Amino acid sequence: MASVSIKQVGKTFDNKQDNTSYTVFEEIDLEVKSGEFVSLLGPSGCGKSTLLNIVAGLDQASKGSVFVGEKAVKGPGADRGVVFQEAALMPWLSVLENVVFGLKKQYSKEKAKERAIKYLKLVHLSKFIDSYPHELSGGMKQRVAIARALAMDPDVLLMDEPFGALDEQTRSMLHKEVQYIWEQTRKTILFVTHNIRESILLSDRIVLMGTRPGGIINVFDVNLPRPRKTSSKEFALLEEQINEQLAGEIEKVMKEEMGDDYNSQKATLLYSSHRNMGDHI
Amino acid sequence: MFQTRMFPSPLLSFVELYRGFFETGILTAALTTSLGRISLGFALAVIIGSLLGIILATSKLADETLGSLVVALQSVPSIVWLPLALVMFQGGPLAILFVIVLGGTWPMTMNMRMGIKNVQPLLIRAARTMGYKGVELIWKVLIPASIPSALTGVRLAWAFGWRALMAAELLGRGGLGRTLLDARDFFNMELVIAIMIIIAVIGLIVEYLIFNPIERKVLQRWGYSK
Repeated sequence: MASVSIKQVGKTFDNKQDNTSYTVFEEIDLEVKSGEFVSLLGPSGCGKSTLLNIVAGLDQASKGSVFVGEKAVKGPGADRGVVFQEAALMPWLSVLENVVFGLKKQYSKEKAKERAIKYLKLVHLSKFIDSYPHELSGGMKQRVAIARALAMDPDVLLMDEPFGALDEQTRSMLHKEVQYIWEQTRKTILFVTHNIRESILLSDRIVLMGTRPGGIINVFDVNLPRPRKTSSKEFALLEEQINEQLAGEIEKVMKEEMGDDYNSQKATLLYSSHRNMGDHI
Repeated sequence: MFQTRMFPSPLLSFVELYRGFFETGILTAALTTSLGRISLGFALAVIIGSLLGIILATSKLADETLGSLVVALQSVPSIVWLPLALVMFQGGPLAILFVIVLGGTWPMTMNMRMGIKNVQPLLIRAARTMGYKGVELIWKVLIPASIPSALTGVRLAWAFGWRALMAAELLGRGGLGRTLLDARDFFNMELVIAIMIIIAVIGLIVEYLIFNPIERKVLQRWGYSK
């Protein structure tokens, strides 16, 4: 296992057509300890996925650097497994072949197959190893993607809203599986989400990110015993606390997208029909 | 007034078919020649077209220079090349092969290029996190992912190649096209119809016995149909 150090990382997108640039975040410092489960939580557009992609090596940071263990990140590598919002399985390969696909570089054929079967068992998919992705449900596909990432035996598991596109039941089932997997393997996990409950349920630490300017606005330690219950008092209090801080950020985003007259409080007062004074004339 | 000879009898056409295959053997010979030409030409068109398509899709430089040239060449019906080809290859069978290859290569190139360009970026990103890059990424991800689109290219390459072959044979030597023209010269309209039937039947066979099953399999496997 390995720690992740994000050191003064900034990201700016340059628009070459009109010579403008857009800064997602100026400078982010974050230490994720070995074996720790950390969530990046924030409204859309705050750059949480961008940060994850930089750690994955899929995007380049404009400044600063990321270290995994002692090694600086210079591109994608087998030490970091990534699970995306969509499963990103190769449609022409069977479930087993999809998991083997990620192992071909490090292991011999038999060894790779053996490993793939082992990890498919871990996510309870041994019955479906010969199925093709189009025959699986969304939740099953995502479990294959998790098995594929885990089978590579990465030091760090990066998850980019992995359950964002799933229905509620499937999601809560996968929460349990991820917890189980984390307890079994003790991987360092960096988990991007916009779901507050999800982050409290799963993580040791929640990093709340804001927008305009992007960056870390708060870090919450989640000191609740596992397995966590969403109905417990402490859970609800923490959720409330995070929610309040997040609401301000979301309002900022909405204002930017909808114009300055947007206000989450007054909207009903202004536009409700009985206060309309001229439409029917 | 029309002469009755202008309207060939359907029955006699089938008699001609029988005679051409089992008595005189001219149809057997013509069919063998044509099928030999189309097989070779079609295979070459698919190979060259795929390679060109992959190059155009993966190299920006190639796409910006050769890309519009391919579009231009695609809009020139390949039979137009025949007079030039006949001179270049001294009227030999290579001229006809050349025309078939030219007919099939461009649609194959364009479809392969489009297939690769349209591969989901997420698949490429996922493959990169698993350590795939460069040629291996092209070979293991981009090409398999673009097979449905390439298959459309293969179909078109066949269709264009087959048409180009028939047209080229009318002007060149040997094969079904030439035999058809000869039959007209001898005013044997039944034989003309017989050859047209062969051409149509080959189209049917290729469509229903070769392309359709392959396409069904591929689309199912790639998850495009249920």
